Amino acid sequence: MAAIYSLYIINKSGGLIFYKDYGSAGRMDTNDSLRLASLWHSMHAISQQLSPVSGCFGIELLQADTFDLHCFQSLTGTKFFVVCEPGTQHMENLLKHIYELYTDYVLKNPFYEMEMPIRCELFEISLAQAVQKERVSLLGR
Amino acid sequence: MIGVGKAKQYANVLDRPIGKGKQEVSLSAFAFLFSELVQYNQLQVDNIAELERRLEDAGYAVGARVLELLCHREKEGDTAIGYSFFHTQHRHCDMMAQWASHRARVADSLEKGTEHEDEYMISEKELLVNRFISIPKDMGAFNCGAFVAGIVRGVLDNAGFPAVVTAHFVPVDGQHRPRTTILIKFAEEGTLDFQSLKKQRYRYCNEKQDWINRRENWSNGFGMLTYLLAS
Repeated sequence: MAAIYSLYIINKSGGLIFYKDYGSAGRMDTNDSLRLASLWHSMHAISQQLSPVSGCFGIELLQADTFDLHCFQSLTGTKFFVVCEPGTQHMENLLKHIYELYTDYVLKNPFYEMEMPIRCELFEISLAQAVQKERVSLLGR
Repeated sequence: MIGVGKAKQYANVLDRPIGKGKQEVSLSAFAFLFSELVQYNQLQVDNIAELERRLEDAGYAVGARVLELLCHREKEGDTAIGYSFFHTQHRHCDMMAQWASHRARVADSLEKGTEHEDEYMISEKELLVNRFISIPKDMGAFNCGAFVAGIVRGVLDNAGFPAVVTAHFVPVDGQHRPRTTILIKFAEEGTLDFQSLKKQRYRYCNEKQDWINRRENWSNGFGMLTYLLAS
């Protein structure tokens, strides 16, 4: 049983720069994940425009029958979102932590080109640790 | 100490000397600066060996200046660092246990090469400059520790011990991340100096002593250097 299904990071123009699958039921191929990322980017932008109140920063949580989607947008426009089991708690903290890892291991890496797909070994290692820790604490609750 | 006891009033804020402030540097600031240094040099070169050489040269300039600074900052309590190095060196000990008692954190280990008389290794589990850096697969054995190797070479060279210094990744059993080893190979004349070192009485450089012996310079520098790399 996996509480977290998958993780996406999209850059400010809507391109998918990182995708990690944690054993979701309906597996997606690369094209599907790219499509979902750009679709989410547009929906997020539209939701800001449609909002009846001013100062809306876009969708933070999308709840469906079979999954929850938690989204976190950094001030620079990079979006992080996780797809997880319905009712999973504390995803905001996990996303903030992932953002922290991104600033450390991706942005401080001289071999990373901005807005390009993330291929950083250290980032993946610490991300795996963070998700593993989250899973353990979810099981403990 | 420079500037002590001269509490002058400066009319213009720009004339005022920079305050001493905290003796700490933000790790993030350092990481970003180093990242920029690597990126800049990457644009100037077309192969990895060249990039490594440029980083080492950048480090060399730092090492040369750092040696001078560390000698200036040297205090009595620290002399044992350099001294213990001589001690262990001519007893051919592998580790420098004495260092640990003088500094909260020193390099993980300093070892003498087993194969060659004139080779020394500084090993670090995680080099500060490599903390956030993942080397792409296509760059092979490239190590940003080349910068640190350059610092070591700068210190040694300016203290009168010319050496060839290189940084290598060494895989560790059971660890995902390899450790970085800085290999120091002294040039011929450097080894000769080693032999005469033990005859010398080690003195620390105080302000009254205007002539600092090159060899003593080296001993201060080396101990402080390893401290610097580890802190």
